[in-house]
Amino acid sequence: MVHKKNRPKTVYGIPASPGIVIGKAHIIDRSKVKVMYHYLISDDLVDHEVARFREAVKKAKEQLTTLKDRLPDYVKDHAFILESHRMILEDSMVYDATVKHITEDKINAEWALKKTLLDIRSVFQEIDDEYISNRINDVENVIERILRNLSGKQQESLLDLKERVIVVAHDISPEDAAEINTAKIMGFVTNVGAKTSHTAIIAQALGLPAVMGLGNITDIVEEGCLLIVDGNTGEVVIQPDDDAIIYYHERQIQRERYRSSIIRTSHLPANTLDGQEIVVMANAEFADETQAVRDNGGAGIGLYRTEFLYLKSNGFPSEEELFNDYRQVAETIAPDPVTIRTLDLGGDKFLSYSNKKEANPALGLRAIRLSLKNPQVFRVQIRAILRASAYGNIRIMFPMISGLSEIQAANRILTEVKKDLDDTGMDYNRDIKVGIMIEIPSAVVIADILAHQIDFFNIGTNDLIQYALAVDRTNEDVAYLYKPFHPAILRMISQVITAADNAGIEVSLCGAMAGEPCCVPILVGGGMKKLSVNIQSIPLVKKIIRSISLKDAQSCFKDIMKLTTANQVEAYIKAFMKDLLPELGENAFL
Amino acid sequence: METIKRFTINNELGIHARTAAMIVELAKNFNSKLYIKKNDEEVDGRSILSILTLSCPRGSEIQVRIVGEDSKEFMDALTELIENGFGED
Repeated sequence: MVHKKNRPKTVYGIPASPGIVIGKAHIIDRSKVKVMYHYLISDDLVDHEVARFREAVKKAKEQLTTLKDRLPDYVKDHAFILESHRMILEDSMVYDATVKHITEDKINAEWALKKTLLDIRSVFQEIDDEYISNRINDVENVIERILRNLSGKQQESLLDLKERVIVVAHDISPEDAAEINTAKIMGFVTNVGAKTSHTAIIAQALGLPAVMGLGNITDIVEEGCLLIVDGNTGEVVIQPDDDAIIYYHERQIQRERYRSSIIRTSHLPANTLDGQEIVVMANAEFADETQAVRDNGGAGIGLYRTEFLYLKSNGFPSEEELFNDYRQVAETIAPDPVTIRTLDLGGDKFLSYSNKKEANPALGLRAIRLSLKNPQVFRVQIRAILRASAYGNIRIMFPMISGLSEIQAANRILTEVKKDLDDTGMDYNRDIKVGIMIEIPSAVVIADILAHQIDFFNIGTNDLIQYALAVDRTNEDVAYLYKPFHPAILRMISQVITAADNAGIEVSLCGAMAGEPCCVPILVGGGMKKLSVNIQSIPLVKKIIRSISLKDAQSCFKDIMKLTTANQVEAYIKAFMKDLLPELGENAFL
Repeated sequence: METIKRFTINNELGIHARTAAMIVELAKNFNSKLYIKKNDEEVDGRSILSILTLSCPRGSEIQVRIVGEDSKEFMDALTELIENGFGED
């Protein structure tokens, strides 16, 4: 499908890195080299053809070495991928096999390589293990590189960009990432990827707007056409007309201006007009984000996600690797607290050789269930967290708790690991605070029982809403039912706050809801004293808190609890916000 | 000279890309030929892809055959690598 010229078209993807950018599209073509010529060669050309092949492999080897040397720090972990690609280049199944095809079948190098790939593919297809059979992608990548060298076609490098562009690509590979030049690249849009994919991480680290998961953006955008990328909303406007350009340009300026105005005050405590302090912390995922937490005025990290280290490597991360990561975060955030959530993954993403497909992963073996089922893996993480607790104010939190026995089982392991550390004389914080995520409706109902077993609750609204309303919000047919303002959700939150207050334990709320400007008065009015939000949302959330009195928030909450539908709540709170912060307008600027 | 030894793969993830790469890397330090066998299939131990095709998750039994002058030293080094679980924790 090719879009019609001069007709603007808006497509929606995943907002992966915030900011608005308007610029020219540059398509990075990583499509396959087409082998045009399959031909038989005469005997006297065999040596020549083998030499061509050797030369192309040699060149590929040099390219990979250069790339590896150029890898910037934040993608250093990809070095292994490049290293394994170099090994595949010289692997007998690739190298010797191709030479053999050339000499015995008397065919040109390109054809021989294709045959080699087919051979390897048929071997790998037989393999039951999904992780190993997927390695065929690495083989394809390497063979593609040799073919490209044979064709004399240069792989276009991001370093060669002549003008400032928005990069449009299927995906950004580790090879590409090594070559990103921020002076020339304004933003990214990609077919695949999500908020936690490499490209997103890199874009966030470099402060470049990005929208990902667009599906077929490389097919519908033409080289050089104008694009608007809104990394906050996930909108990409192709061939915008003047109205759209003016609209987004204004939003861009407005957003910059507004952000700089609220960022100036973000270091101030978030006290309501009548003096109630609300602690606003950050949700974070990488040790590198700690500086941004500080810059945006976060009072610590209320949710530190730990999945990344497990997802990015082929094996489980070592205790040292985890320890170093947690320690770095704890040290830079200290004396403020860091709440580390233990692994919150589904089994599918976890054990590379488990081929079990779950019919219903959201209700399956995941998070604490998976950890308790693999105690040896869980222990490594607990040890790393405990050891890091000697270096800062670390708290530990278990995800997806549905009842008392999971807390007991997790605590038992925690106690055992503490004893191990005692026995070996390792230092750690003996009074480390332990809490749980409240994200399953059963935990809400028995919150009063659970409260006596732990030190704090953290309400995870994203999952809680999904489980309580039985809505998969990625399913577009039912997504309209995903309503944070549903009276059932508001009552549940209120119930958890009451249970925590009665037991004298701390309660906080993380999840997208805490960062929604409209939700802040409701949560504060409902008695929530701690919020944990996305880093970029901290300044605005703090500003809203400083603009309201606890008394007004409480009466707002009281009114809202009398309403009977999500739509009524939404209408009420919108009007309330309009009075409170008229400059916010329809857009949240988050 | 030929040296043969049997191993059970005990590291958590079995032989995956990174571990196979370690074997290939180690082999570069020796001149002897290296063969790895699982069930009835024997492959070239200097080929990362061949090793992967054996598909050795945790608990797999493999037989290693090394042929050449430095086969004993080679086997010692390989034994250490495998028995240390490839440096995994």
